[in-house]
Amino acid sequence: MNHASVRAALATASAALLLTSCSLTGGSEPSGTASDAGGAGSSGTTSGGTVVLATHESFHLPKKLIKDFEEQSGYTLEVRAAGDAGTLATKLSLTADNPTADASYGIDNTFASRPLGEGAFAEVTPSATPPEQYALDEGADRLVPIDSASVCVNVDTDWFDAEGLTPPRTLDDLTDPAYADLLVTPGASTSSTGMAFFLATVAAYGDDWQGYWTDLVGNGAKVVDGWEDAYYGDFTAGSKTGTRPIVVSYDSSPAFTVKGGRTTTAALLDTCFRQVEYAGVLAGADNPEGAAALVDWMLSDEVQSALPESMYVYPVMPGASVPDDWAQFAPQPTDPYEVSPAEITANREQWLTEWTDVVSR
Amino acid sequence: MLTLRDVTVRYGDTAAVDHVSLDLGSGQVLAVLGPSGCGKSTLLRAVAGLEPLSAGSISWDGVDLAGTPTHRRGFALMFQEGQLFAHLTVARNVAYALRLRRTPSARLRARVRELLELVGLAGYDDRLPGTLSGGERQRVALARALAVEPRLILLDEPLSALDANLRERLAGDLRDILHAAGTTALLVTHDHEEAFALADRLAVMRAGRVVQSGGIDQVWREPVDEQTALFLGYARVLRDDAARLVLEAAGLPPAPAVAVRRSALVVDGAGPIRARVESARVTPEQVRLVVDAGGLGRLDAVASLGSRVSPGDEVAVRVDVTRVAVLPIVPAP
Amino acid sequence: MRRIAGLLLLAAGPVLVLGVLFVLPVSGMVGEGFLTDGRFTPGAVLEVLARPRVHRVAWFTLWTSAVATLLAVVLGLPAAYALHRLALPGRAAVRAALLVPFVLPTVVVGVAFRQLLGEGGPLGGLGLDGTPAAIVCGLVFFNVAVVVRTVGVAWESLDPRPGQAAAALGASPSQVLRTVTLPALRPAIVGAASIVFLFCATAFGIVLTLGGVRHATIETEIYLLTTTVFDLRAASALSVLQIVAVVALLALAARLRAVPDPTAQRAVAPARAVRRGDTAVVLATLVVLGAMLLPIVTLVLGSLSVGEGWGLANYRALTTVGDDQALVVPVTAALLTSLRTAVDATWMALLVGVTVSLIVTRRSHSVAERRVRSTLDGFFMLPLGVSAVTLGFGFLITLDRPPLDLRDSPLLVPMAQALVALPLVVRTLTPVLGGIDDRQRQAAASLGASPWRTLLTVDLPVVWKPVLAASGFAFAASLGEFGATSFLARDDTPTLPVVIFRLLGHPGEMNYGMALAASVVLAGTTALVVLAVERLRVPGVGAF
Repeated sequence: MNHASVRAALATASAALLLTSCSLTGGSEPSGTASDAGGAGSSGTTSGGTVVLATHESFHLPKKLIKDFEEQSGYTLEVRAAGDAGTLATKLSLTADNPTADASYGIDNTFASRPLGEGAFAEVTPSATPPEQYALDEGADRLVPIDSASVCVNVDTDWFDAEGLTPPRTLDDLTDPAYADLLVTPGASTSSTGMAFFLATVAAYGDDWQGYWTDLVGNGAKVVDGWEDAYYGDFTAGSKTGTRPIVVSYDSSPAFTVKGGRTTTAALLDTCFRQVEYAGVLAGADNPEGAAALVDWMLSDEVQSALPESMYVYPVMPGASVPDDWAQFAPQPTDPYEVSPAEITANREQWLTEWTDVVSR
Repeated sequence: MLTLRDVTVRYGDTAAVDHVSLDLGSGQVLAVLGPSGCGKSTLLRAVAGLEPLSAGSISWDGVDLAGTPTHRRGFALMFQEGQLFAHLTVARNVAYALRLRRTPSARLRARVRELLELVGLAGYDDRLPGTLSGGERQRVALARALAVEPRLILLDEPLSALDANLRERLAGDLRDILHAAGTTALLVTHDHEEAFALADRLAVMRAGRVVQSGGIDQVWREPVDEQTALFLGYARVLRDDAARLVLEAAGLPPAPAVAVRRSALVVDGAGPIRARVESARVTPEQVRLVVDAGGLGRLDAVASLGSRVSPGDEVAVRVDVTRVAVLPIVPAP
Repeated sequence: MRRIAGLLLLAAGPVLVLGVLFVLPVSGMVGEGFLTDGRFTPGAVLEVLARPRVHRVAWFTLWTSAVATLLAVVLGLPAAYALHRLALPGRAAVRAALLVPFVLPTVVVGVAFRQLLGEGGPLGGLGLDGTPAAIVCGLVFFNVAVVVRTVGVAWESLDPRPGQAAAALGASPSQVLRTVTLPALRPAIVGAASIVFLFCATAFGIVLTLGGVRHATIETEIYLLTTTVFDLRAASALSVLQIVAVVALLALAARLRAVPDPTAQRAVAPARAVRRGDTAVVLATLVVLGAMLLPIVTLVLGSLSVGEGWGLANYRALTTVGDDQALVVPVTAALLTSLRTAVDATWMALLVGVTVSLIVTRRSHSVAERRVRSTLDGFFMLPLGVSAVTLGFGFLITLDRPPLDLRDSPLLVPMAQALVALPLVVRTLTPVLGGIDDRQRQAAASLGASPWRTLLTVDLPVVWKPVLAASGFAFAASLGEFGATSFLARDDTPTLPVVIFRLLGHPGEMNYGMALAASVVLAGTTALVVLAVERLRVPGVGAF
């Protein structure tokens, strides 16, 4: 056997190995449950059966918590996380008569009306009651608040200190020529963060929001695709090549820029719009009991306390603990702007069309 | 005039063409004759500028062509398989080089018609190469190569793909065309018939080297060695006693070896050699015999068509002096 | 008639697969928009098409895609030649590396591009950020590899002798290129261009990232209308427009691709040593490669940047679940999932793709037969041209009942990826298979070879290398596929692009650095796997 054929044989063998080890069975463990990744899976053997959770791609909870839930409740949890909140809302609306899951988490107040209107959710009475301020006006009997995160304008305080400039405070300040060319925001049409900021301006200026946005764009505001582009692409505190010290982000963001015991950024608490995420039991679910148990679990102290570190959101239950950095550096707004879900749904298309015209003028 | 001096083309360690020197005068047709794999096609490609030289030089009228790319040499190369452009019609194939030179369309059409007539394919203008027979394709390739009256035409086994009939006709045509146009041509072939049909001069190539070159008659009569003789169409080489006997019968001085063609022995009542006929086969031209001539062993011979010769007959045989060649050296047996 | 029947029978498998996985979902989703309260109302859909915004969006999609396609072809051709025909040092590695853009998540590339073109970037002075020019640059970046690969493979097996014959007839190198080489490559070039155009026209992430909110294409508009506004009627209208345009484009491409005689003399010519005359081509290739390298270098530098200095901390973090446990699984596990899924997607795409290629390239004996073949040919290109959003939601509403309850099948992800990779396989193989002289097959048959044996002895040796190239292609395409995958991936087994996207979605310097490091690892792994696959040899087919 000569040199070349040895090499050929080796290559063929390794290819065969690769192919077999990655064959259909290798790539698709039958259960696909969250628990069996830890090796202690007991899928399908528990008395309660499987409960399927439809959620968005940002969903994440520590494995240990999920395992605890499965052990205590007897259900096996199967998580189907895909797409953003809008995709989730569309998915639930389209499959309202034949859902792919038992429960859902991740619909927020900007998207709640649509799946509710399509009858995607069944009534549910959770064992714990979240504070009234998070409840929906319509559909509170079906969607249970789990967490909240406020979209606020953030400023790079270090940058402003270095420039000897006072940072802005309000939405009005952003149209001040002193802050020309300093703001970057994700677009309302392409990003839920951008949409939330837009809703804040709608709540603040009512029908005159177009005038405000005209001024904002006239003052050099930069509109980009997503939150990632704005924060990591243009924001001075998020990117080495960033040139803009004002960004639309979250109330919790300053907790992630802590250096040497202080944060280098701040959220402007008078510019916030609050997003609340809900969980619910899907109408026509195969396992409604399991779904209800899942919703209860989401309100439990363990899950609520895990939310900040896992999903960067504040828990809705008052007793839940938040990390020290959050408590110290990322206070929540007390009186955020609000727009009702029904109003959002009724106007969204028209608003977006008009908004796009304003920013692309 | 084309001059090759010590032309060498190497592929890695092997020299496909090894120190070849040749001269080809204007208007002459030189055939490079050699078995497959002897390097003759590589030599042709080197002249065309398609193979870089490892050593030596190729020049035209004293100008070294080393820096001249293929398309500026003014040579036309006709490949063995024609290499017609499959996506172009026959007419466009023929007109290819004319179009490159922006020939006015009226002149171009006239020239294409003229060329297609010349190669016997009038009316084939709109056919695609894929629909032609091998011979037709080869003729289109010839017309295409001749279109712009190149100063040198390079032919790679131009007739070998053709059937015998056509081959004979086209060989004659080709020769006439080349001579009429005064075109200088370099032809490579493994077929001595093709070489004789077309060329004035002959170079015999073996294992990358030119072993003999000269006027076609001269090479034909005086092959330098046994292998060359066999390649030129001599049927076998006789040595020692057999050589002496044949040379004596031919009235030539003795020599250690002589190459004989199949028709070197002719049945003739007055011939000096006695032989017994072993087999006889009638061909359109003559009767081909195998005879056993005493000291010579079994040899080919011919008889005229009228003669009634059959196996077992004793016949007298003479030697046709124009069909034997005395070899200057004897390779070790 | 019997031939056509046999043809259809052979095609039944692939057609059925595409029917279930593509036609059914898309028509289901489009149908959703045609129904108003259960009644069929096509008028309302047509009315959408009259909106000025729709016209604007359609026109923008058309011209940016056309310009990007043209540029990709112009820039890709010299590189295809240099990398497949010349014995350049390291060309196999460069060829594999060219596929890297394919697998890079668009978000990551978008950020890299914006760091180059943005206000503070080294190329910020050009003022391209957020302009259509930036979108076109991004599209070209992602698609040059398609041209280099499909055209390069065809070029590699192109007989050099007709070109030499032309040169010997006095054609200069550029004339040889124009009159002999390009016509012979036309099927491959048109095929590559049509794929690139479809990729560009349905590009999603890169358009959003580089174009900002100002520039909408049909694809981004369908996404917006479906997921944000829930205007299914308008989304349907745009999907219909998209499908009609794609079918028209494919018909046009089929016409352009058709050559009088597709049979090309095949000779796998050994790569030629570089000569002085190749300087221009090599230079052009280097420029293209350099331009493609810029965003990648930015990316690599970003991944090595730790705090104020440099280091490998981002790479070390890949075995963890990130700062504040941003991930469910470590990046390394996601990479394994990605590789497995891509292997499955690759063999699926190859299985169907090779069958389809064989079917569409066999010589037709009648006009009807040729029509059937070319219709099939176009049919399998369709998935590239139709919105992933429409397809994704279509899956949900049509494949939801037994026996086709595939919604939650773990195979759905590789299947969706295979659908995207399929046209790449077909377009890489058909020019080569179409070039095989049918007489060779007839000769094999006359010597007593069964059709299967003929395939093995005539087709396989010629097509073996292109098949490997196509596998690498399909593999990279499925590794990098994000649209359908993010829609379908399951939470406990996310693929690497999904994980990278998630890392980017959370603030924190470490998460961003990890996302970049993971992208670099994804890119490197892809290049290595592709390189290894292309080196595979089967004993007995070893003429290469």
